[in-house]
Amino acid sequence: MNQIQPYVRSLADKYGRERECLLPILQEIVATEHVLSQDAMVEVARELNLSAAEVYGTASFYSFLNTEPYGKYVIRVCKSIVAEMKGKKEIVDKLCDILKIKVGETTPNGKFTLLETNDIGWSDQEPSMLINEKPYTYLTPEKIVQIIAEYQANGKSNNHQQIN
Amino acid sequence: MAPSNGLKRVDVIFGAYASTKYLILQKSIRREKQEIIQDIIDSGLRGRGGAGFPTGLKWKFAAAQPGNEKYVICNADEGEPGTFKDREILMKVPQKMISGMAICAYVIGATKAFIYLRGEYQFMVPDLQKELDNFHEQAREMNFDLTIELRMGSGAYVCGEETALIESMEGKRGEPRNKPPFPVVEGFHGKPTVVNNVETFVNANMICRIGVEEFIKLGTQDSRGSKLFSISGDTPKAGVHELELGMKLSDFVAEFGDDDTKAVQVGGAAGFCVPRKKFDTTIIGFEGMPTGGSMMLFNSSRSMYHVLHNYLEFFEEESCGQCTPCRVGCQQLLLGIEAIKKQERPASYLNQLLKLSETMKIASKCGLGQSVANSFSSIVENYVEEMIY
Ligand SMILES: Cc1cc2nc3c(=O)[nH]c(=O)nc-3n(C[C@H](O)[C@H](O)[C@H](O)COP(=O)(O)O)c2cc1C
Ligand code: SF4
Repeated sequence: MNQIQPYVRSLADKYGRERECLLPILQEIVATEHVLSQDAMVEVARELNLSAAEVYGTASFYSFLNTEPYGKYVIRVCKSIVAEMKGKKEIVDKLCDILKIKVGETTPNGKFTLLETNDIGWSDQEPSMLINEKPYTYLTPEKIVQIIAEYQANGKSNNHQQIN
Repeated sequence: MAPSNGLKRVDVIFGAYASTKYLILQKSIRREKQEIIQDIIDSGLRGRGGAGFPTGLKWKFAAAQPGNEKYVICNADEGEPGTFKDREILMKVPQKMISGMAICAYVIGATKAFIYLRGEYQFMVPDLQKELDNFHEQAREMNFDLTIELRMGSGAYVCGEETALIESMEGKRGEPRNKPPFPVVEGFHGKPTVVNNVETFVNANMICRIGVEEFIKLGTQDSRGSKLFSISGDTPKAGVHELELGMKLSDFVAEFGDDDTKAVQVGGAAGFCVPRKKFDTTIIGFEGMPTGGSMMLFNSSRSMYHVLHNYLEFFEEESCGQCTPCRVGCQQLLLGIEAIKKQERPASYLNQLLKLSETMKIASKCGLGQSVANSFSSIVENYVEEMIY
């Protein structure tokens, strides 16, 4: 945690110290640290000349800015009605089964966090999920086994939606 | 009831034309600003984000505001359940959207614009940034002064509401403001701001390309142009389809249903549920049932209780909690239908819940709380038995 001060300062240098720079800074902290710690928020408050309460109050509004530690790979399974109709439950069951955790939990090795989330914009290709920022669609329990194995091994899976 | 326009497929939004040289912009910035605004007004274009405000008027108001600090914001928050058409534009033809934003900036006199992209679409950022870099280069060559920045959401549906979006862009909690003042008068940093949907900007660009005459050949009197539909659920043709507005829902179901369609949810969780018996008398368009484009089909194997329950859970989670009718109302509606289902409450309790949803429509501060009654009453009233047994 000693590193947090120079890190936050570098982010403030990069994005700026105006109030409107707060979210980009918090977003980058979560992307790299997988958590928005109290120390980080206090540091951000100091850099941007805001109260810590102000920073916390803002962060707590956004579901992607977690103040509890998440794993390195955050799995967010879409729970929209269409996802449910297309077999979301089997996907979540399979994930729980492989990762040996329940929805909302993180694996003991800190690698995976399993969450459910509202519509992620792939209703035409349900069931779907995000792993960090990458979308995975048309999921099946078999595909889940493969994707998770690839993440375990390489920290990624090329099974995601291909862009272009 | 207006006559049906039939179901007509169109292919202009993703159609061949997409210029990395921004030729439409180049042409447009040599035209009189008033003339472009008049074109957008004459085209009858209405916002594609759901509310359907006339785009030309919005631009005209913003252009008429004094001062030279103004902003253009592209609303790419696309959080409505069952919507994914902006995703396709952003991935396939971002130039058309960026060009539309730039034309808007030109006519209202803005030099700064933003794309507010939902956090769930983070994966698009590298490609979008590349296109923005190209745009900035082209703009420099045209001597056109405009910077477009990407801003990310962080998983909050309500941030798609334009004033919440602005709060979020200012680095605050995404809590909707009271309107008026509207963003065209006091928006980002209190300055005049145009907020339009992704598809609206593409349409504005299209009008500048093909002209008003051609544009108004599409659609009906009250619903000009084509519309992207996000089609999902019990359909063999899930995906984004471009159709002319003004069609009968029965024509739509004939094309996209699975021969067993029981209901169509038009406009997402915030929209309306149309039961089979009304397919024939429902027109999709501003003269009938307007929609941001989300069309979820349900066949007879689906429980409408289950559908409503899912929507209410969604609203209950996404309500920002700022005003009581919405915060408490969403909870009570959800608990209420659960209690009736478990027979802890009599069926007549549904009437009280319907009244509550009507109160939310009047007393809530923003469109989120105001629109819960749409799906609530349209599902409850059409499927009473499914709610009780
Ligand atoms: C809860 C809520 C969520 C909204 N989400 C979006 C959205 O994701 N995208 C969008 O374009 N408009 C959304 N809107 C509508 C916007 O407030 C605004 O009307 C729209 O961006 C204006 O653009 P348009 O006129 O081009 O449609 C939402 C409204 C509400 C009340
Ligand atoms: S209606 Fe709901 S979402 Fe809108 S301001 Fe009130 S509590 Fe927030």
